[in-house]
Amino acid sequence: MFRRKLLGLAAALTVAGTSVFAADMIKIGAIAPKTGPLAGGAVVTQWPNVQLWVEQVNARGGLNVDGKQMQIELIEYDDKTNPGEHIKLAQRLATQDKVDFVVAPYGTGFNIATAPIYGKFGYPMIAVSAITDKADELTERYSNLFFTLGTTTAFVDGVKEILIEQREAGTIGNEVAMVNVADAFGIELADRARELFGEAGFDIVYDKSYPLGTPDLSPVMKGAKDSGAKAFVAWSYPPDSFGLAEQAIIEDLDVNVYYSAVATSFPAFKGAYGNKINNVLGAGGTNVDDPVIAEYRDAHLAITGKVADYWASANTYAALQILEQAIEGAATLDRDVVTQFIKDNSFDTVMGSLSFENQVSNTFWSVGQWQDGVFRGVKGSNVDGAVSVRAKDGWSD
Amino acid sequence: MKRANWQELLWVAIIVVLAAFWPMLANGYWLGIGVDMMMYIALATSWVLFSGPTHYISLASAAFFGVGGFIVGTGMSDYEASFWSMLALSAVVGGALAALIGLATLRLSGVYFVIFTLGLAEMIRNLVSWIQNNFLGSRGLYVLTDFTDKHLYWMLLVTAAAVYLLGWIISRSRLGFALRIIGGDETVARHVGINTAMAKVILFTSTGFFGAIVGAIIAPRWSYIEPNQVFSPQLSFFVVIMALLGGSGRLWGPIVGVVPFLLIWNWVDANFPHQSILVLGLAFLVIVYFLPHGFVGRIDQLRARARGRS
Repeated sequence: MFRRKLLGLAAALTVAGTSVFAADMIKIGAIAPKTGPLAGGAVVTQWPNVQLWVEQVNARGGLNVDGKQMQIELIEYDDKTNPGEHIKLAQRLATQDKVDFVVAPYGTGFNIATAPIYGKFGYPMIAVSAITDKADELTERYSNLFFTLGTTTAFVDGVKEILIEQREAGTIGNEVAMVNVADAFGIELADRARELFGEAGFDIVYDKSYPLGTPDLSPVMKGAKDSGAKAFVAWSYPPDSFGLAEQAIIEDLDVNVYYSAVATSFPAFKGAYGNKINNVLGAGGTNVDDPVIAEYRDAHLAITGKVADYWASANTYAALQILEQAIEGAATLDRDVVTQFIKDNSFDTVMGSLSFENQVSNTFWSVGQWQDGVFRGVKGSNVDGAVSVRAKDGWSD
Repeated sequence: MKRANWQELLWVAIIVVLAAFWPMLANGYWLGIGVDMMMYIALATSWVLFSGPTHYISLASAAFFGVGGFIVGTGMSDYEASFWSMLALSAVVGGALAALIGLATLRLSGVYFVIFTLGLAEMIRNLVSWIQNNFLGSRGLYVLTDFTDKHLYWMLLVTAAAVYLLGWIISRSRLGFALRIIGGDETVARHVGINTAMAKVILFTSTGFFGAIVGAIIAPRWSYIEPNQVFSPQLSFFVVIMALLGGSGRLWGPIVGVVPFLLIWNWVDANFPHQSILVLGLAFLVIVYFLPHGFVGRIDQLRARARGRS
């Protein structure tokens, strides 16, 4: 009899316990590609960091919102790299799932496409994988949208500075061989580079584009080799950054500066070519000697089983830390208050102290270089620990 | 026959008027689904306009859709043109492109035509990228407008209604009669003196015209245009599946195909996020095994049976 009572009590407690537990959940929505053309980047940079952050926050007891510990419930969707699909899912997050906050999408277009939807419901969006020269116009239009990874111009500027330094050092001349993928971001970067390199007195002796998804990049690389330029710059995407490196190795491209843009910072890049790609430059960078970054990278590997990339991974995690600290700092789930808190404060993140000026954070790496197995930042804005650039010297192991 | 035709038009008019009130009832997610539905209804109806009578399976929807999106993106982003002027330009370019392609390829028949249209979207994407890369340059194609889903929904509704009306007029004209003969037997059609190539080109042109308009209207929703996304071949397959599911024998077929397909698709997508592509395959099996003439064929069959009984 007594035992039955006790059991009843235990059951009641459990029921009460779970209901309290359910009320103390904070719903976070995340949409990004798991399939489609951008999935390759998103599963390296975006998804592991979302997983890492949610697990870490929940392990330490959840978010402290005005004295209440709230566990994160993550609602995630695959947008299939399809803008129409993404928009629909964003509407579902906002109106069906009624999430409290969202993780900003992966990809420039997706962030801009969802800004009006999330804006209508007041969700702050701390965009990471979105690089644009129109940040001013966009933030004026969307008061909920924040940018953290820099501008198109900043990326080209970083490369330009390196070219100028190397010219002064005498490792390269005025000739530059430049190629680009003929797709949105590649065309935009190449367009900007023609202007900025020209202003700096460089002569683009070889200027070729190739279509997205080209399986054979050997003609492109042969042309670059024949141009005789000692500097090679490629405004490339994930599949072709790999393809170009492969062809450069085959052709034994004789340059002192070799740069390829997106995905050069992926651990898989070194995984594919080992030490042959020593001294290759690429978009991004990080400071692995920074103890905070080192600790973050260890946790990333331990929890997700993957090595963090050497660029936007840290920024992605930092954006989530900003969201976390803003919710805790504002001590409310009121999204307008949290958005204002983001605008008014600075945040302590793995990328150092971050704050926003007109919704744009100017702390980011723009160029990095593979140096003895690690991709280190060499150019950036408001970041510490940039190492000096080394000249590329052959493609042997 | 004549009366039934008018009756059908009246029914569709009533549906259009009722559909116009959807944005008053729904917003957010369900309005978004409505936009998707209107988009596919417009595309699938214009597909049926050409492929229904001629039985030519066209996988070119994405090509024209992409042209529309790309023109709006380039015009508004790089030349500060207004949305409306670019919408008009898209329609003209889409139509002209379809006419050119039609002239060059509509002598192909059967599987050759299918394969050609499948490659078309990819070819135009590369062409567009090449032009942008070599002549236009780009700072990213932004389409920033104040349109919300409500406005886009209405624009698409008007487009879909216009496609339907055009199809209805054509089906009652000599051209429509000629197309039905071509669909029945092209050799016979040629022998009785029908200019088969011309008839097909005219219809294909209208498909291109409306496909580009739909692409142009969707551009503000996507806000940022990337060629590899607006020219996605998946769109072409969706259009064909939904049109066949509804039935290509009647112009209103796509309506009864698109609505259930997208409802099921979205339900599966919400509950089994990684299995949604399965719906596409299952829909195809259902069409082949159970609904060779789509829902429309089944409805007509049931109607005939009911009439026979009474």
